Amino acid sequence: MKALRKFLDKKKPLFEKGGKFAKLQSTFDAFDTFLFVPDHTSKTGTHIKDAIDLKRTMSVVVMALIPSLLFGMYNIGYQHFLSVGETAPLMDMFVYGLIKVLPIVVVSYVVGLGIEFAFAQMRGHAVNEGFLVSGMLIPLVMPVEAPLWMVAVSTAFAVVIGKEVFGGTGMNIWNPALIARAFFFFAYPSKMSGDAVWIAEKADTFSGATPLADAAALVDATPAQAESLMSGALSQTWDMFIGLIPGSIGETSTLAILIGAVILIATGIGSWRIMLSVFVGGYAMGAIFNLIGANPYMELIPAWQHLIMGGFAFGAVFMATDPVSATQTTRGKYIYGFLIGFLAVLIRVMNAGFPEAMMLAILFMNTFAPLIDHYVVQGNVKRRLKRVKVKA
Amino acid sequence: MSDKEPLFSAKNRKLLTNPLGSDNPITVQVLGICSALAVTAKLEPAIVLSISVMAVLALANVIVSLLRNTIPSRIRIIVQLVVVAALVILVDQILKAFAYDVSKQLSVFVGLIITNCIIMGRLEAFALGNRPWPAFLDGIGNAAGYGLILVVVAFFRELLGSGTLYGFHVIPQAVYDMGYENNGLMILPPMALVVVGIIIWVQRSKDKSLIESN
Repeated sequence: MKALRKFLDKKKPLFEKGGKFAKLQSTFDAFDTFLFVPDHTSKTGTHIKDAIDLKRTMSVVVMALIPSLLFGMYNIGYQHFLSVGETAPLMDMFVYGLIKVLPIVVVSYVVGLGIEFAFAQMRGHAVNEGFLVSGMLIPLVMPVEAPLWMVAVSTAFAVVIGKEVFGGTGMNIWNPALIARAFFFFAYPSKMSGDAVWIAEKADTFSGATPLADAAALVDATPAQAESLMSGALSQTWDMFIGLIPGSIGETSTLAILIGAVILIATGIGSWRIMLSVFVGGYAMGAIFNLIGANPYMELIPAWQHLIMGGFAFGAVFMATDPVSATQTTRGKYIYGFLIGFLAVLIRVMNAGFPEAMMLAILFMNTFAPLIDHYVVQGNVKRRLKRVKVKA
Repeated sequence: MSDKEPLFSAKNRKLLTNPLGSDNPITVQVLGICSALAVTAKLEPAIVLSISVMAVLALANVIVSLLRNTIPSRIRIIVQLVVVAALVILVDQILKAFAYDVSKQLSVFVGLIITNCIIMGRLEAFALGNRPWPAFLDGIGNAAGYGLILVVVAFFRELLGSGTLYGFHVIPQAVYDMGYENNGLMILPPMALVVVGIIIWVQRSKDKSLIESN
């Protein structure tokens, strides 16, 4: 460690103004502060000091994502061997998934960080560390059979149009990882929907439908069909919770996501208000549909099942809580979260074109987050003004 | 047309060239966005619409400029509308007669030229206060600036979205065999907005004088 520090200190002057590589200053700074807690001190006035800076915050989120990532790798192997009808030891499944997932992670990081570094260099900013999390989120919301170049294009689009256009980390309106997924979904729909993409090297005879696809098929199903659908993947509640179902790499296991949620809440980085209200909103809409029961989907899928199907839990814990694109006020967080859950289930059930609506619901509410905050703050101002007037 | 001033004096040339760059109707004045989003999925309709707009705008500018001293200012908008509407119907009929397929593709957007903000904008801002010749040049210039953006946007959208240019396949089959796919999002209108946005971004980072301060 010490040798590394010494090496960095020795090279530092080269990258400062007038040095040989002054142009690469922000790149050097990024690596330096990534490896060591920076020793920058404020020069004027009193400042509140906190050891946790953006890089440390981001590292915690990445740590919280690790359970989902590891389980996702295992599940990919599990689904593959299940589809070809073989049994394999646990380690084989994991290694198979590792080989499948690792390239996607690498592509996402290389493309995203490459663009981030290039922009920081061009603008003379310090490199923002926001991509550390996005770069991990993007692979986790991709189907395992996503072609790598499509992942690269989606990542590039998300970083440039989703973030850099607005001024970089902290300025974006939408969650960049979801922009990448939305771009992928609309640009290459055949690789992001249907039965074929969710299981790696699936045997042709094996149905690769996700529980969500099964559920969406319920809408127009006859009673007999509905019965057979309901006795299939949809009846395996425990598998859905543990995550042994086809789906995007990191979204399947509600259990692993909950472990991540505990880490985020315990460290105070993720907002429990948003997570809770997303689940409440989803449950509320599901319960309303149960009451209406106009088609088999509304009638047969219990409200709580929506919360463990597809990307609902993943979106609630990791996507909706993104501090940049979410609401900032306490009351705003409840409204924002509730509407995300509410809309996600609404779109799922009512629009057959979008069986997975979590992405759309979050992006939609991201758009409205500043508006919600505005009215919450204005409401507070009004209430306090009234109080002042009564006294006077 | 003044006797002393040559037809293409420096001032008149500016009328033609400014709208192509620093005074572009779409990227700087932000007019005529709707049609730029609607017809740019393919090059052919984009080019045809640009030419139609050019014909309407240049002629309307000349006619209104000729009438400018006789139009009572209270009813000038109605007069302008009558002129534009007549020209648009002419263009529409000509397209239907000689380029039926494209006219079907463009559907309502030919008729909607009448609501294109660029046209009313130039009539109000320029034709009402200038002689016919400069007004004609102004019309051609602005329509060309509009068309330029339309064609650029349509070029990228058609190339990346359909793999064709003006209907001809330009991306070889071998590339598709390697796993390339057309980008479906490019055909959807939101991408036109993004492409126009990128053009605005590039233009303003080149020409800092265009950046608004707020």
